[in-house]
Formats: sequence, structure tokens, C-alpha cells
Amino acid sequence: MNEELNNVLDVMEEDTQKGKFLTFSLGNEYYGIDIMYVTEIVGIQPITVVPELPDFIRGIINLRGKIIPVMDARLKFKKNPKEYNDRTCIIVVDVLDLSIGIIVDAVAEVLNISEDNIVPPPNLNSGGRKYIKSVAKSNDNVTLILDCEKLLNENELDELMIANE
Amino acid sequence: MSNSFIDEPMTEAYVYETTQIIDTLEQLMISSESVGIFSEENINAIFRFMHTIKGSSAMMMFNDISTLAHRMEDVFFVLRENEQVKYDFTLLVDVILESIDFFKIELMKIKEGERPDGDNTDILAKVSVYLESIKGCSTNNEKAVAKQTEKQNKVNQTVKETGVSTKYFKANLRFKKDADMENIRSFSVIHNMNELVEEVYYKPSDVMENDEASEEIRKNGFWIICKIKEEEERLKNYLKNTIFLDSLEFNEIESEEYKQLTTKFQDKISTENEWNKNKNSLKEKAKQIEKKAKHEVTMSSSQSIISVNVEKLDSLMDMVGELVIAEAMVTQNPEILSLELESFEKASRQLHKITGEMQDLVMAIRMVPLSTTFMKMHRIVRDMNRKLGKNVALDVLGEETEVDKNIIEKIADPLMHIIRNCVDHGIESEDERKLAGKDTQGTVVLEAKNSGSDVLIIVRDDGKGLNKRELYNKAASQGLLNRPFEDMSDREINNLILKAGFSTKEEVTEFSGRGVGMDVVSKNIESIGGNVIVESEYGFGTTIILKIPLTLAIIEGMNIKVGEARFTLPIVAIKESFRAKEMDIIKDTEGQEMIMVRGLCYPIIRLSEFYKIPTQVNTYDEGILIMVEENERSCCIFADELLGQQQVVVKTLPDFIKRYKQIKGLGGCTLLGDGSISLILSIGEFDLSSVKEKYNNKEVKP
Repeated sequence: MNEELNNVLDVMEEDTQKGKFLTFSLGNEYYGIDIMYVTEIVGIQPITVVPELPDFIRGIINLRGKIIPVMDARLKFKKNPKEYNDRTCIIVVDVLDLSIGIIVDAVAEVLNISEDNIVPPPNLNSGGRKYIKSVAKSNDNVTLILDCEKLLNENELDELMIANE
Repeated sequence: MSNSFIDEPMTEAYVYETTQIIDTLEQLMISSESVGIFSEENINAIFRFMHTIKGSSAMMMFNDISTLAHRMEDVFFVLRENEQVKYDFTLLVDVILESIDFFKIELMKIKEGERPDGDNTDILAKVSVYLESIKGCSTNNEKAVAKQTEKQNKVNQTVKETGVSTKYFKANLRFKKDADMENIRSFSVIHNMNELVEEVYYKPSDVMENDEASEEIRKNGFWIICKIKEEEERLKNYLKNTIFLDSLEFNEIESEEYKQLTTKFQDKISTENEWNKNKNSLKEKAKQIEKKAKHEVTMSSSQSIISVNVEKLDSLMDMVGELVIAEAMVTQNPEILSLELESFEKASRQLHKITGEMQDLVMAIRMVPLSTTFMKMHRIVRDMNRKLGKNVALDVLGEETEVDKNIIEKIADPLMHIIRNCVDHGIESEDERKLAGKDTQGTVVLEAKNSGSDVLIIVRDDGKGLNKRELYNKAASQGLLNRPFEDMSDREINNLILKAGFSTKEEVTEFSGRGVGMDVVSKNIESIGGNVIVESEYGFGTTIILKIPLTLAIIEGMNIKVGEARFTLPIVAIKESFRAKEMDIIKDTEGQEMIMVRGLCYPIIRLSEFYKIPTQVNTYDEGILIMVEENERSCCIFADELLGQQQVVVKTLPDFIKRYKQIKGLGGCTLLGDGSISLILSIGEFDLSSVKEKYNNKEVKP
């Protein structure tokens, strides 16, 4: 009896973060990040520009004594830049021991999305779509789930290749 | 399995604990060796250490370590139980140090997550042989002691009783081929014969001191002649029972022959009493020194120490930094500045004081005394003395001086290198020293002291010093110089030994050979923001001074502004700052701007152009020029304005950016008082070379 209960608890504990996504908006589109990666959300802060970096890396911010780089999601996905305002947020993610802030238009909510509602993206090899891990249906909206590891590492490779050229 | 090995807290604790024990043990060895004997307390301590290592290693299933520790424990058990035991001190120290090295290597393997697979048979055998030799001693000694007291009780009778008849014997012992360590075996034979014989002489006579004696014993056998008053059977039996004995010749000889032989052998072994007397006086000395040492030990490595992960300290420092900023945000909040609040003022001043103290304290936590690093040098000097047959003493001063943990790690290797050089090349051989009228024992002084925000580590030897003329000739022949000898200052010439590519050739020894890898030393020290100064007087010794900053984490910086961006320049790099007139600026044909200051022409770097930062300040009479220098190369940096001088906490740029690209000229970043970030410029990366590069690029492009 007790054991059963423990097993159930174990499973529940594991599952608390599973299937949950933090959604945010860029213009009209909604994106989601696996909640596992997110460490915190902060409002927009003064950003220190670091020279010689690509334009989508806006610079570095001081997050309670920790200095982390911030990336503008709009620029990263080759959208038109937008003035930062009160709704602008920095989502701090921790991927593969790297901390980075992602600047988004606004944070929406934390969604529970069951696996049935998640489908792989259409197999097209163009543009920003490579950062999309899957597409999820929730309510009446479609949310694009980001592949955080690719988001951080892919660009590194890209830029290195550009630099080498 | 192997990867997760070290993750197990048990293993981690084991490695940590054992490493500490071994370090203490090593220190103990070195300090005991300087006295020449183990004090009772030291023997007990070593016994306990070995016992602990044995226990914990066995628990962790590291059997090789455990068995060796067990054997060592046995040795010290014998020493502990039998105060009368005579033992060969230097040999014991050697064996222990060898075991310590074995432990260290194995621990390193465990730390790396590998299986400790070292072969301990060699060292184990050595310890065993040693153990046998002292064990034999101890049992016989007990008897001897008992007998002595007996003798004293009936002084008169003994003479009559034992003085029955005096016989003389000659014996030749040969050991089995694979016995090894014949000298020690022979010594233990002689040693234990004491109670059986009146007088004993033997050949080779220097069995203990001389390792080559083993060779001789192997060739000629071990000769013993003795005078006995007891039954010869006992002696014969005793000799027959010697371990690893191959053959024994045992003949009675006439007293005439005995006398002849004695003059030949000449060396009478020290009698028990002499040994004891010797031992007692040494003990006395050991006690005195230990008293002193104890005092030092309690000062440097007292018991109430806990080890904390450096990461935790770093985050604590971050938090405190944050606290300071938050405090500024509250107390200087624009909304309350207009109000006059007397009690608030008071309270905020109090808060300010506390946060300031807290910040200092957090910095102090990271500081570690240099003593552990310095202790390691003792071992190096000792080993080198042995190997090179030199007689060098190491004096350590000011080892309680504290330096940031990160720095300690970085100076250990360079320091070791310098000490090696001092002993190897700096200090002359004993004969040479005698000729030069110096004390035969060379001295290397290792000293640390604070001087402002720097720590000076001074290595001074009283060796032969540097010959400036030869240094100069050498460097000139290697094409490192183009100035005449007379034009160079002493310091410049001495510093030649720090140049890369200098010396490392055979003639090295002629001018004391520094220069082998000294450029690496100076590079390492420079990488932590310090520098190396060489001073020397030919014939009287050399002094090498390492000037290192107290901490890597804090620098004195000058904040400057360019457009919206802020930069911090290390204050040590700044020579001067001035406002130039437009007309002072010279442009060369490539458009590179330069300025003439006191007859010297400096290139100008406009930060706004260099980093493409938009700024309103474009003309020279609006902005400011800052002349910076590193490694005797300088340039002028043009910025909008100076913001002021401040101590800043250096932080590295985020990993993400570092992985992405090494940005030229940026050494890190720091938080300013208002919470904003300033980028720290690393001058070495700009400089003339960088300017030249720019120049070349422009040449190529059109």
C-alpha cells in the first residue's frame, strides 16, 4: 500500500515539470519554452552593449550580481525590431550550464499541453524553423515550441562559420 | 561507474581527508628531519595518521594503500612501544617520504575517477625489511635493558662471573643473492650482537651511511671480529639465524691477530650508551624545536577550520555586492532625497557601515595563508639536496601572509621553478663556497610580505649571483639586444634572464643558469597581474622578487565613458591623461592619428571607432586622451570623459560570449556602484601591436 503510494508520488514529482510550457508572444505568434529550462522572468533592464557581437545579442545585464548575455528573440528570428516597453520581458533560461536571457514582447502563461496535442513541425529546412522543436495546439491557438539547446548552440556554429568565411 | 566515482560523497570525503593527513605528515617529516630525530609525540602522531589512512582506505577498498599504511603503522608501533630502539633515521624518513609519494599518486588517480592501480610491492618490501631490522633490535634491546639493571645490582660479582675466559672470533657473513639492502641487514646483525659480545668491529664500517656498502658486502661478505666472554655457541647460533643468510664462516682467533685486525677495521660501533646519550641530546633539541613548531602550527593550521566550496564563496560575494547596490538604491532613492529625515539618515549610515564591513569580510574569507605552498618548497629543497649532493637550507619567513585562493594556485609552479633554479644553479658546490670564503651551507630565503595592495614574494639566495657582462654578451650574441652594455641599467640586464629564448644552452652554469624556463615564470606571474624583478650582486647572490596583487578579484580602476558605454582601465596601466589640442595631432598617410608628447610619438586609439560606438564627442578638445602603458609599449586612448577612480570587482564575461568569440581588448566586466556594467579593458591586447595591425589592414585593403 505504502509502496504504491510512494511510486505514485515519485511519478507525480517527475511529472510536475513535464508537459508544461512557458508561452510568450512575438508580434502575433505564440512560442513556448519547456519550463524545465526557465529559471526566471524579469522585466526589461538596462543593457550594456558589448562590441563585436552579432546584433541579436543585445549585450549583457546584471542579474543580481550575475552577469548574463541577453538575446533579442525578434532579431534572432529575423523579425523587425520593436521598441522595448513595460510588457517586454527577459526570460532567463539555463541550458547546458549556460545562462542566457531571451528578450520577448510579452510573457503569456504557463500551459499544460498533453502529448497528443504536440506534433512535429513540417519538414522544411529553411529560415528560423530549425529552432522549432514541435508545434502544439492549445485552446484555439497554435504554439511553436522552441528547441532551447539549438537556440543557443546552433547560432554559435552558424556564427563561427560566418566568421570563418 | 568510473565517471560517477568522485561524485560519491564518501570518496570525496576520503580523498579530502587523506590528502590533508598526507600533507601534515609530509610537513612533519620535513620538520623532524631538520632536527634529526622523531620526538615521542611525532611518533605517536605518525602512528595515528597511518592508522587512519589504513582504516579509511580499507573501508574504501583501496587495498594497496591500506596494506602499505598498515606496514608503516607496524613500524611506528614498534618505535612507539620501545623507546630504546635504535633506528636509522634518514633511511626511515626516505621510506616514509616514498610511501607518501605513493599515496599521493594513488589519491590523484582516485580523484580523477580512475582505479588506484599503483604497484606497491617495491615500497612494501622496503618497509618490511626496515620493520624486520628494527623489530630484531627491539626484542634484544628489552633484554639488554633488563640485563643492564641486573648488572648494576651486583656490580662486583658480574666482573668475576662473566670474566671467565675471553675469546676472540672472526666471522664472515654472506647473504643470499636476492636479499637486497645488505647494509641494513648487516647493521641489524651488529646492532643485536651488543649483548652477546664485549667488543665488536666490522668491515665495511660505514654500513649505515653508505649505500655502496651493500655492493661490498655482496662481493666480500660482511666481516665481523669480536671479543666475547660468554659461550661462543650462543653467538654462533645467533649469527646462523640471521635472515637471508647464505653462508657463515666462524673461526676463533688469537688475541694478537685480533689486535691487528682491530687496527685495520678501526671503527668501533658506538656503544649503547653513546647512542642513548646522543639520542637524549637530540631529543632535548627536538623538544625545543617542537615547542616552537607547535606555536607556529597552531597559528597556521588550527583545528577550527572548515572547508567550503569556492563556488559558494563566489555566490556569497555576488550576494553581498548586490546588497551594497540595493542599499544604495534605497538610501539614495530620488523619492526620499528631497525629504529631510534625520533618523533615516542615521539608520542608513549605520546600514552603510555594516554592508561595507561585510564586503571586506567576504573578501577576507577568500584569503588563504601562503604557508601550505611554502611548506611544499621544503620538500623540494630536501630532495634536491639529496640528488645534487648540495647543502642548502631553506629559510621561510612571513608564510602567514594571505593571498587570494586563485592566486595561490597560480604561483605554486613558478615558485617551485625559481627555488629549483636557486638550488641547482645559484648555490655553488660546497668546495666552491669554501674557496669563496662563504659558509659551506648555502641558504635560500623564501619570504613573503605585504606592500600596499601587493604581496611581495622574495626568493633570495647567497649563491654566486649573475655576471652582468656575461649575461649581456650572451644576449647580444643571440640577437636579443642592440644597445651597448654601458647604456643598460643593472635591472635591465638582470631582467634578460626572463626573456624567452634566452640561454637554456650548456654554458648555462657559467652565469648561474637562470633563464631555463624563467620566461615561463615571468609569463605566469604576469598573467595574474604581477611582475618579476631580478636583483643580483655578482658573487654574493641573487634575489628574485615576485610582485603579485593581493587578489585577482579586485583591481583599482579608472572608469571612462564613450558614448553610452562605460569602460574601466586598470589604474596601474595609466601613465597620464590630458586634453590635447586639435593641432597637436599628426596624421600619417594611412590616416592613423598620432600625438607627439615630450618628443615621443604615440599612436591614438579612438575607442568609439575601435568598438564602433556612436558618440557625440569627436573632437580632441572635447574628449580626453589617456596614455596607457604595458610592457614598455604604450599608446593613447581617446575617450569622451573620465568618470572617476574606483575599486572594482572583476568578473569574467559570460561563458556564452567567451565561447562565441574572444573580443579584442576586453578583459572582463565589473559592476559599478549604480548597478550598471562596465567593461574592463585589457591594455596588453591593444597597444602598439594592435595599432600596427590596423595599419597593415589598411595597407592591404586599397
